[in-house]
Amino acid sequence: MDLTFSPEEIAFRDELRGWLAANQPDPEPAEGGEDAHYAWRRDWQRRLYDAGWAAPAWPTEYGGRGASLTESAIYYEEIGRSRTPLAANTLGLLLGGPTLMVWGTDQQKERYLPPILSAEEIWCQGFSEPEAGSDLASLKTKAVKDGEEWVVTGQKVWTSGAQYSKWCMLVARTDGAVPKHKGLTYFLMDMEQDAVQVRPLRQITGESEFNELFIEEARIPGANVIGGVGNGWKVALTTLMNERAGLGFALQIRLRQLLDDVISIAAERGLLDDALYADQLAELHTRCESIRLLAWKGLTDVERYGQPGPEGSLVKWLWSDTNQRLTQLAVDIVGPEALTAGTSWSYEFLRARGNTIEGGTTEVLKNIIAERVLGLPRLKAAA
Amino acid sequence: MDFGLSDDQREIQRTARELLAERAKPERVREHAEAGTSDATLWRELCELGWPGIAISEQHGGQGLGQIELSMLCEELGRSLAPVPFLGSVMAATVIEQDGSPEQRERWLPGLASGETAGALGSAVEGTAELVIGAPEAAVIVLVDEEGSGRVLAADEAELTPVASVDPTRSSARVSAGEDAGEPLGDGGACAGLGRALVSVSSELVGVCDRALAMTVDYVKERKQFGVPVGAYQAVSHRCAQMLLETEQARATTAFAAWAADADPDSLAEAAAMAKACASSAGREVTASAIQAHGGIGFTWEADVHWLYKRAQIDAALLGGATRHRRRLAGILADRIGASATA
Repeated sequence: MDLTFSPEEIAFRDELRGWLAANQPDPEPAEGGEDAHYAWRRDWQRRLYDAGWAAPAWPTEYGGRGASLTESAIYYEEIGRSRTPLAANTLGLLLGGPTLMVWGTDQQKERYLPPILSAEEIWCQGFSEPEAGSDLASLKTKAVKDGEEWVVTGQKVWTSGAQYSKWCMLVARTDGAVPKHKGLTYFLMDMEQDAVQVRPLRQITGESEFNELFIEEARIPGANVIGGVGNGWKVALTTLMNERAGLGFALQIRLRQLLDDVISIAAERGLLDDALYADQLAELHTRCESIRLLAWKGLTDVERYGQPGPEGSLVKWLWSDTNQRLTQLAVDIVGPEALTAGTSWSYEFLRARGNTIEGGTTEVLKNIIAERVLGLPRLKAAA
Repeated sequence: MDFGLSDDQREIQRTARELLAERAKPERVREHAEAGTSDATLWRELCELGWPGIAISEQHGGQGLGQIELSMLCEELGRSLAPVPFLGSVMAATVIEQDGSPEQRERWLPGLASGETAGALGSAVEGTAELVIGAPEAAVIVLVDEEGSGRVLAADEAELTPVASVDPTRSSARVSAGEDAGEPLGDGGACAGLGRALVSVSSELVGVCDRALAMTVDYVKERKQFGVPVGAYQAVSHRCAQMLLETEQARATTAFAAWAADADPDSLAEAAAMAKACASSAGREVTASAIQAHGGIGFTWEADVHWLYKRAQIDAALLGGATRHRRRLAGILADRIGASATA
């Protein structure tokens, strides 16, 4: 057991810290709405890209640094710590690129990877549907072969960044006659066609991070199938596995920062001397630390044994629950300002409600832990 | 960053688990618990293997290994609930080694390392410590007061009243001592060994949680109601998932504190408070859930889950419960903010 970083890892961290200290993003745009905000993040990714910091975990042949898992986790911790925005093309960098590296042909990798890195082409994720959330494999969007092309019709939801995207990682049903997991195919769909309509989905915070996609006979060339026809479920799982890695380290640091902010405010107001507040803050501090430790433990398990332990699901569950508790306690500590529309505190506690739903609901995570980690029997699905 | 155990550590863990699975079977633990006796044969065997001295320096007759190795043994003994005076002895030895004077180490550590003498550690309020585990068998008792300063007492220097705690797998007593009884621990200042003692208790709790979860998972896979194993119902399976979450939180914070004890002593006070807060809550919650998931059977004397629940209750309170350690953490947080404000 050695819970310190190696000299190489410290050198990696210090180089990144140095770069982040010398290269702050422009001030966050106060006007111009989400378009301006997105352009700001895109500009930031370009600067990361120019300095070779857009995706250190990517192999060097694709423009990354070939960073180890630990270095990649350090990268996301530092990005979180520096309070810089997430790169505009985070879905392409974290999900799309790594999925292509596993399943793509050489031509596909050559064609699509470089513009992901440079933010020239933004990617979005077309998985969930109005009637296929946790039960993703039951999705209904259909793709029918027409000569060399596929014709796609259906609806997708929770598609973040769709209005800025060039490519959509789309999972569609190509065979309705086989069991649900087997009839799916993973496509790369060009978003720049009239057959794809994007409608912003307004969420409880009032903003629109996500969209609905209405797809009416969109066309996809046969060359844009990823991983083979009928193999879509496996390819999608590669994407979903990547969703839980990496980003968790950035979220964990953000939680830490938010907690530190709340503790500071509590101290200013003398609430650290109030036993009830002190107890809750100490509990959150303990949870925050156990999230950090479990995240690192999960990572070192992968490095040592080649496969992840139960920590991934536990970390997501504990993080989301803790962020909700923290942002709710912040309302008590901060007071009326936190209930005033448009303040960062009100945004935080409203946004936190999504945490236990996005990227796997807590209920599904508990099922996964019960079935795959503890080996409990599976409840038969209702007919 | 590496949370993994070394090959040597893995070997210690494996042999400890196998030995206790053989020598501290549930039937045997029950026999001793019902008779209110400790298992002298097993204790002799563990002493011959050098267990009590695993983390005591070689200079004083121990094996000179670290808190991580000691914690592994505590965890295995928690898992098996073996009725031996191990925990009290190693906690007393830790505190004497860390904070005692050279004479105190010389006098007590060799006996504690070999197991010839047993020890106990209690937290005293106004000279009296309640429910000091292992005290009836101890030759040396360390009492630490609320300010963290300690006194070392030979057994005959303290006033002992044996008390039957809810956990009959271990003896305990009320220990009282006058202000001048025994001698101050080292220079009598703040007790640094206490952090390590907290880690040892937390490790035992991790073992208790792990066993409670394993027993529960086995049971809910077998027990059928309405024609299906009850573990297939989400009301039950999600409770089991919650037990795993709490166990793993306790395990991670305790592992960190054990590592810090040897590798980063400056962070031990905070890490130990976190581990004890986490493990105390987990111990109570996980063993309570184990009883609930066992249903009516879980409430009977015959089922073994209640021994785990009782051990968890004692350990959770030992050297302060979750609330007390969260209060300490809040103090650490406040000091940190104060320090950064004046810096």
